[in-house]
Amino acid sequence: MKAGTVIDAVGNPQTVLLLGGTSDIGLAVLEQYAERKPITAILAARASKRRDEATKRLESAGATVRTLDFDARAPKTHAEVIGEAFAHGDVDIAVVAFSVLGDQEQAWTDADKAIELAEVNYVGAVSTGVALAERFRAQGHGHIVAFSSVAGERARRSNFAYGSSKAGFDAFYLGLTEALRPSGVHVTVVRPGFVHTKMTEGAKPTPLATTPEKVADIVVDSVAKHRELVWAPAQWRWVMSALRHVPRPIFRKLPI
Amino acid sequence: MSNPLGEVRTLAGWGRTAPSTATVVSTTDLDVLARAVREAGPRGIIARGLGRSYGDPAQNAGGTVIDMTPLRRIHDIDPDSAIVDLDAGVSLDELMRAALPYGLWVPVLPGTRQVTIGGAIANDIHGKNHHTAGSFGNHVVSMDLLTADGQVRTITPDGPESELFWATVAGIGLTGIILRAKIRMTRTETAYFVVDNDRTENLDETLELISNGSEDDYGYTSAWFDTISKGAKLGRGAFGRGSLAKVDELPQKLRAEPLKFDAPQLLTVPDIFPNGLMNKLSLSAIGEFYYRTTPEQGRGAIQNITSFYHMLDLVGEWNRGYGNRGFLQYQFSTPLNAHEDFRRIIQKVANSGHYSALNVFKTMGASNRAPLSYPHPGWLICLDFPIKKGLSRLCRELDEEVLAAGGRLYTAKDSRTDPETFHKMYPRIEEWRKVRDTVDPEGVFHSDMARRLQLVG
Repeated sequence: MKAGTVIDAVGNPQTVLLLGGTSDIGLAVLEQYAERKPITAILAARASKRRDEATKRLESAGATVRTLDFDARAPKTHAEVIGEAFAHGDVDIAVVAFSVLGDQEQAWTDADKAIELAEVNYVGAVSTGVALAERFRAQGHGHIVAFSSVAGERARRSNFAYGSSKAGFDAFYLGLTEALRPSGVHVTVVRPGFVHTKMTEGAKPTPLATTPEKVADIVVDSVAKHRELVWAPAQWRWVMSALRHVPRPIFRKLPI
Repeated sequence: MSNPLGEVRTLAGWGRTAPSTATVVSTTDLDVLARAVREAGPRGIIARGLGRSYGDPAQNAGGTVIDMTPLRRIHDIDPDSAIVDLDAGVSLDELMRAALPYGLWVPVLPGTRQVTIGGAIANDIHGKNHHTAGSFGNHVVSMDLLTADGQVRTITPDGPESELFWATVAGIGLTGIILRAKIRMTRTETAYFVVDNDRTENLDETLELISNGSEDDYGYTSAWFDTISKGAKLGRGAFGRGSLAKVDELPQKLRAEPLKFDAPQLLTVPDIFPNGLMNKLSLSAIGEFYYRTTPEQGRGAIQNITSFYHMLDLVGEWNRGYGNRGFLQYQFSTPLNAHEDFRRIIQKVANSGHYSALNVFKTMGASNRAPLSYPHPGWLICLDFPIKKGLSRLCRELDEEVLAAGGRLYTAKDSRTDPETFHKMYPRIEEWRKVRDTVDPEGVFHSDMARRLQLVG
């Protein structure tokens, strides 16, 4: 039986695809949806113990889980994997949640590390976005949730490699928002600040640090309202619009 | 997704929630319609009337939607047999105006006349006279159905394809496109009602009045009831019950033109209202106004159809008052005399923090033969909620209550339930699917609702 539908009147999907199927924030979003209405969750990630754990976690939230093998560093395979996700019926929401942070000093001194970061966070996100756009346009509905970062708004010395990849990511998905509007497909670009996840484990939290669950609250609400750009938490918008205009000599000296 | 015959548009239901984009074909040429069906792409095709269903039955993301409103010819009105022959895009309002001079009355009228004949059949609509007249499908003599093979079949309630007929009644457009129908009208001497009004002070009095057998004294019944006030006033009701008037019941000045019908529209609501305008305060005031303007115990008042039946038709596009976030109508049923279920559900709503002013209660009569027809002997209860946070949870809890009580939801109103719940509410759904799958094995007819509730394929 073919499942899936347009997101219903109270903002609930029936099938949700998570690209980066072990992402803490992504899983928190799917968990919230599963608690609101029975869903099919499609987890796209490399086969691993972590993916198995993610499957169990969503199953215990009441979701029916399908897994797909997905390698963010293999952009040529993305169209096929995403085609597989849509093969059994409509996908209502696709969450693009894969990214790497790593050691930010290596990320501009070690070429291999720098390339990996750019390939996963930017190139992989673009090939994914192209494939999702094609499927959603044919479907005539759908919603993409794209996890950008406040780090892309103005790159800092301490994590500019990551920031630059997220800046490109952000610009691409904001553009996709406009390009997909006439087809009835929505995109929500989410810009979280510091979130306590396995990706940031060991890193020093910044002010306004938050949790995956709180970010998921914001995402679920924003999708229901068809919002195109959201900050998590919302205060980041004002912080970043101030920081964006700070002159470089002063910005350099800020303790951030 | 594009179809060379139409243009791409975004469509939503009357509740303004969950819009989606489709290619809309608008034509009076039946050959073009047949071609659109034969050439429908993988996302399929669905007919759409005046878009008064609250949810998603008349939209089809990525596929084709046929706008039926250009097909609006009334071919024949036969005063002798009381049968009218008309296109499926004719509205009940147009039919009423055309047939009244012949002393013919639309046999079933829902809460608005802005619905098409096709939509009336496809949702098997009901009105205040359900307990005496049944639903719309009961009055269809025959219909022309354009099926997936591009052919037009004439089907009747008892003819060789009667199964297809009853699968099309309440079949929400998924068996084919209804092009034309013959309807048996009700004869009337006047366009007026003789109305009795009653007001009850609390839930106990309301339950007493709807269970004491007095409903049977009237051809048309329904009541408003309060779900916002807490304490003693919760569940108080305002009843309007009546029957079509005979000429000699009219006051002298109306007797000259007993079939005269005027339906004023006072204003059209502009699309400027912010979300949140419909809040506890304004919705309580609307409820209070409705209650106060109903006589405590009125007997034998002569009312026209607008005052008795279609108050909301005084205001055009009234759904805009809910802002762009829209609203949701939760209409469900319970078996007859389900006093405890009714009491519990009303309490739950009153304590939920969600507010509904336009609540309707009605006693329903016998079901018809259509497997997906909503009405069954019991109580109909209808609530209108503005969309806000937490409504999803409340509705899911109500779903469980309704299911446990042996009730169901209505396709013309539902915009959010899940397939499992819906299938459980309609125990004859497999019977319907079999007929549907035989006439449309490829799943050409498809809609957002069909995908959400897993009705096709």
